[in-house]
Amino acid sequence: MIEFRNASKIFKSEDRTIEALKNINLTIEKGDIFGVIGFSGAGKSTLIRMVNLLEKPTSGQVLVDGQDLSKLSEKELRQAKKNIGMIFQHFNLLRSKTVFDNVAMPLKLSKTPKSVIEERVHELLHFVGLSDKANSYPDQLSGGQKQRVGIARALATNPSILLCDEPTSALDPQTTTSILQLLKRVNQEYNVTILMITHEMEVIKQICNRVAVMQNGEIIEEGTILDIFSKPKTETARNFVRSVLRDEIPQSIFHILQANDKFSKIYNIEFIGESSGKPILSQVAKSFAVDVNILFGSINELQGVPFGNLIVELQGEEAEIARAYDFIVQQNVLVNEVIRNGG
Amino acid sequence: MEVSLDLILQACWETLYMVSISLVFGSLIGLPLGILLVVTRKGHILENAFVFSILNPIVNILRSIPFIILLVAIIPFTRFIVGTAIGTTAAIVPLVLHIGPYMSRLIENSLLEVDKGIIESAQAMGATPLQIIFCFLLPEALPSIVLSITTATIGLIGATAMAGAIGGGGLGDLAITYGYQRFSTITIVVTVVILVLLVQGIQSLGNLIERKIRRM
Ligand SMILES: Nc1ncnc2c1ncn2[C@@H]1O[C@H](COP(=O)(O)OP(=O)(O)OP(=O)(O)O)[C@@H](O)[C@H]1O
Ligand SMILES: [Mg+2]
Repeated sequence: MIEFRNASKIFKSEDRTIEALKNINLTIEKGDIFGVIGFSGAGKSTLIRMVNLLEKPTSGQVLVDGQDLSKLSEKELRQAKKNIGMIFQHFNLLRSKTVFDNVAMPLKLSKTPKSVIEERVHELLHFVGLSDKANSYPDQLSGGQKQRVGIARALATNPSILLCDEPTSALDPQTTTSILQLLKRVNQEYNVTILMITHEMEVIKQICNRVAVMQNGEIIEEGTILDIFSKPKTETARNFVRSVLRDEIPQSIFHILQANDKFSKIYNIEFIGESSGKPILSQVAKSFAVDVNILFGSINELQGVPFGNLIVELQGEEAEIARAYDFIVQQNVLVNEVIRNGG
Repeated sequence: MEVSLDLILQACWETLYMVSISLVFGSLIGLPLGILLVVTRKGHILENAFVFSILNPIVNILRSIPFIILLVAIIPFTRFIVGTAIGTTAAIVPLVLHIGPYMSRLIENSLLEVDKGIIESAQAMGATPLQIIFCFLLPEALPSIVLSITTATIGLIGATAMAGAIGGGGLGDLAITYGYQRFSTITIVVTVVILVLLVQGIQSLGNLIERKIRRM
């Protein structure tokens, strides 16, 4: 478990002070894959670096399993760090050492016996799917393979927490997915709590169960991924959600609608969980004197829960459309009228 | 008067002697000094304003004194260290004082080339400062350090040419005394050719080792 309690960070240089983090309060529970998303400069890296004390909080506390690392002696801190693995955007592997020696490094630092190192490294390389690369050098690997080495290295000392600072930002979408799947296995098979920084909502969507949105050194929104995706409260969160879930009518459909002179209204209906299984639209068409025209739809899965939206046009008498609308609202789905701009 | 083969061989030997001994002692000073200049600077793993603000100017001062002046300026110190102020061995003292600080700057640059992310990953693993230096910084900087030492060695060859001023001997001294003062063109040509071959050889060797380490 990781807890931020009123944690702040101020960077001072000769000519200016930057308040990188302002009063952060956040709890990451054991077993979470917790995502933190925000634009460049929001303070995400500073936040994650406070967990293993690469950055000391200016005020407030960061507790890891109830322990305030800044209160530990140098020696105790080094011990505590073995419980916290970290991977990086640019992998930070040693170019002068083989894959095997890179993964073995954390164990060598703590003077682990050679035979134990040998066994552990091979087990980890097998886990990340790089058994055949033990004697290669980082320069001979692809970006995805390098990150796998990074993950194996971070797991070497059997940590219970893994910090990931933009682990997929240097990778293409396909490799990103494979690395995220690997991180999910790390979470499930090794029971590792993951704190992950990213600026891509797609990454959050693929593996996180909770997410915090950061802006200007503050957490402006936090919740389960379903909460944030279905009911984003801030404009920033809405924009991030929109980057993966489209809920705007494509331009081409707008043009067709503008050519249409029948009376109609357009609604965006969002489905979450079981409501996505209900035949709401066919009931509307049967029970009311309206025609249902589906303009756009998407369905996604978040944390194993189906989640999606439909944009529909209801054609008919105005009063009848209003009655149909009331019916839809009663079905426990979110529905908003879409204003036809420029129409 | 013409120069003899014996004299040339003797001079070659003196140059190699001065260069190799100075290089060893120079490295013993330059390497640790270079490391200290890096790790004690602001924001680094052993940040120490006091140590840095003493070492940095000392290196600068030694680096700014022209070698020919250093050579004579420290004669009392040389006599104190090796018992005499003239001769080949005596020349080694100023050579070391000259090349040590120079090398420390080269090593400093080599170490600063190492990506900050490497240090960060080491710190995240809980490495001690000594482990960071020996298990991360030095191995990562090794190819560049080899090139730095190559450059320093060639610099030393140049400096030994002035050692004649205190009776140090060597190829440079030979060129001056026979070639310049006694108008022996052949001596100048021969010593220059030897010096060029020596520098070429050392540079090629350095490059070869560097490429080996980088596995290219
Ligand atoms: N060591 C430092 N000294 C001074 N300012 C810093 C330092 N580290 C970060 N900052 C500042 O703190 C703010 C937050 O930086 P941080 O690196 O945490 O942002 P980020 O959200 O990770 O951005 P990015 O997506 O670009 O990595 C920025 O304004 C940055 O300039
Ligand atoms: Mg960052």
